[in-house]
Amino acid sequence: MLALLRIWVDRMAARIFSLFAWFSVFLLFIILAGLVFKSLPIMRSYGFADLLFSADWKPLQKQFGFLPFMVSTVYVTVTALAFALPACTLASLYLVEYARPRFTNAVLPIIDLLAGIPSVIYGIWGILVIVPFVRNHIAPVFHADTTGYSILAGGLVLAVMVFPLMINLLVEVLRTVPRELREASLSLGTTRWETSLFVVLRKALPGIFAAVILAFSRAFGETIAVLMVVGNVVKIPHGVFDSGYPIPALIANNYGEMLSIPSYDSALMFAALILLVIIILFNLLSAFILKSLHVHRYSV
Amino acid sequence: MVHNYPHISIKELNVTSANLRILKNVSIDIPDRSITAIIGPSGCGKTTLLKSMNRLVELTDGIHVAGKVLVNGENIYDPHIEVTRLRKKMGLLSQRPYPLPMSIYANVSFGMRIHGQHKRRILDAKVRRYLALASLWDEVKDRLHEPASSLSIGQQQRLCLARGLAIEPDIILADEPTSALDPMSSKAIEEIFLELKKKYTIVLVTHILRQARRLADYVIFMYAGEIVEHGPADEVLNNPKQELTKEYVKGQIS
Amino acid sequence: MRKRKFTEQFFLFLMRVSMFLVMLPLFLIILTILVKGIPSIDLAMITQTPKGGFYLGKEGGVLNAIAGSFYLSASATILAVCISLPVVLCLNIYMKRGSNKAWLIRLCMDVMSGVPSIVFGAFGFLVMLFFGMKVSLLAGIITVTILIMPVTIRSMDEMVRTVPEQLLQATYSLGATRVEAAMVVVRRVLPGLITATLLSFGRAIGDAASVIFTTGFTDNIPQSVSQPAATLPLAIFFQLSSPIPEVRDRAYAAALILTFIILLISYSARYISNKFTNAS
Repeated sequence: MLALLRIWVDRMAARIFSLFAWFSVFLLFIILAGLVFKSLPIMRSYGFADLLFSADWKPLQKQFGFLPFMVSTVYVTVTALAFALPACTLASLYLVEYARPRFTNAVLPIIDLLAGIPSVIYGIWGILVIVPFVRNHIAPVFHADTTGYSILAGGLVLAVMVFPLMINLLVEVLRTVPRELREASLSLGTTRWETSLFVVLRKALPGIFAAVILAFSRAFGETIAVLMVVGNVVKIPHGVFDSGYPIPALIANNYGEMLSIPSYDSALMFAALILLVIIILFNLLSAFILKSLHVHRYSV
Repeated sequence: MVHNYPHISIKELNVTSANLRILKNVSIDIPDRSITAIIGPSGCGKTTLLKSMNRLVELTDGIHVAGKVLVNGENIYDPHIEVTRLRKKMGLLSQRPYPLPMSIYANVSFGMRIHGQHKRRILDAKVRRYLALASLWDEVKDRLHEPASSLSIGQQQRLCLARGLAIEPDIILADEPTSALDPMSSKAIEEIFLELKKKYTIVLVTHILRQARRLADYVIFMYAGEIVEHGPADEVLNNPKQELTKEYVKGQIS
Repeated sequence: MRKRKFTEQFFLFLMRVSMFLVMLPLFLIILTILVKGIPSIDLAMITQTPKGGFYLGKEGGVLNAIAGSFYLSASATILAVCISLPVVLCLNIYMKRGSNKAWLIRLCMDVMSGVPSIVFGAFGFLVMLFFGMKVSLLAGIITVTILIMPVTIRSMDEMVRTVPEQLLQATYSLGATRVEAAMVVVRRVLPGLITATLLSFGRAIGDAASVIFTTGFTDNIPQSVSQPAATLPLAIFFQLSSPIPEVRDRAYAAALILTFIILLISYSARYISNKFTNAS
């Protein structure tokens, strides 16, 4: 009977679809488990604190201190956000509060284009434009001596990579502030800027915070573009003009030696694990904040 | 009949949005120190008329305003007018309370601080005075620094009123201020208005005819962007001259 | 008062500057790629593989990378869509709206979308070790599929969610099974699903960190999935730092080709998406 066949198809589909759905979730945990498993040897041999806070990285002599990489990663990420946050906040405010809707609607897709550009293209641009810019135009102002391959270069490239994400989020968040609240503030005789600063931004603060966290996590894990401009020197950077060596770059640069040096593969998997855990935590935090604000995040 | 002088004088006001005419050749005088109610079916332009008085209406994209609105004889749409100074002369109360994302104290003192008043003692005194005027002081005096969002809706609306009064305007614009409130809070707001009209000019948009009866000294009836009839409340509400007004007042159109 | 006005003008100026600074890089990047890439592009570049080794050989082009990238990304995208679509249909049709399970799955996909590709690459490497796979196209396909799956699920989910509840209910009241209702929904949002697929393909083809461990690099066009393959991003990455200018030219050419593909995809996706919103 056709009816029975249809019902059978329906039930089969239900089972298969459900299987796929749980598989996709399962995958996240498999990845986590796999990395933990592979990192266990090095965690057992060296102890957590030693690994994270020691500054000696000499794999051939069995020394695996991740501190230089951690510091570099944080340094380059914070630099990126230091540029991206003010620029994106001001730009988003402009798009939502001041610009004509036609302008805003025309500009947002253009900014989205930035989001699709592959990391390696950013890297080329970084090498050809940003690195010389840092070396020849910024460093002299600060009397710094650098090849240009530096934390600053990495930060600048990362900042640009993070622009579309931040602007999309901030615009969404600012748009949730009700029009009547602005009117209420303006009726008190404020200028538009005073309303933007004291009322709109303040109301949007939790959302802005979530956007920062998300951008931070995106910047934290970015590999190729940063690797191409940051210098890749194993040492703790002391200033933005120093070279650095962020964790993703560590993994990407050394996969070749992974299997030939003992414990090296475990060390690199440990690095990947740190990255994964931090990013999961940040993503969760940001997701919860945005959910409580009823902001719907579109795919960027 | 005592005629008060026209605090606000509107002359041939036309407000259009894209191709839609929202207000058509509206001319009316609003007398001072009394409550003028603007009534009419939804969509007739009451809120637009109200918001043209403090130039909020032009904030929406695509809105075009033509005509004159004179406040104390000065045309507020004159290009040389400083909009923020103008808005300081009027307080706005919206349909739903929109407290600023700050403490109760900060809400009330916000306007004053923006306009340059930073002395703590003066701010304290004025916050107290205007919260009292809005019948809210006793309820919040022990928690002035708590966020405004912790108040009930009725309290929030009174807070917004105190906030608006704190900038010491001459005119209060109220857009259906009790429509989101429960009967007790609505009654409180209405009683405050009756007190306030002794010193302030109040323009009240309302769709509750009984509220107009209770509060209004003068009534303006609008339909489809035009003023159909206006005059002392008693005349317009009980003895309307126009057919449309009669139908509205009897509840046949809404 | 003058101070307040001045403050407003000042910040308005800063806002305009920020706006400019945010848009400027896009133009600079495209300009850089054009300036470096156009001189390097010729017919040989796109029809030949590198001769004499990709790092040192002066002759030949980047066909190895073009072919490799297409094989890899197309396969990964197809696989990802085959997994994602059922998941999305499960989330929206088989699970009730607001169900906790659906929320959990969506949350996991949200989180996974934020995981950097290097982590997926590391995981892919582990998978290779576990199964004894060598560096190959297959390993790359598996890794990239896992990479783009969460993003594909999320964007398709967004599309399917726009279908109003009433349509579903109307279909059910005609006696349709859930599978049949799912077909109706899919037909309805097909342009949106195509857009999502295109964007995922773009993500797959542009990613380097996930293939660096798993697919390797080679001068040749892969003849089977167990051979290593070249990809455009790695063609750029490996050849950019070569001492030989002709090799670097290949990198720039690959960059131009890759950027062109991405921009084409973005434009098409937006075009389809606009027609979709206009039609519905």
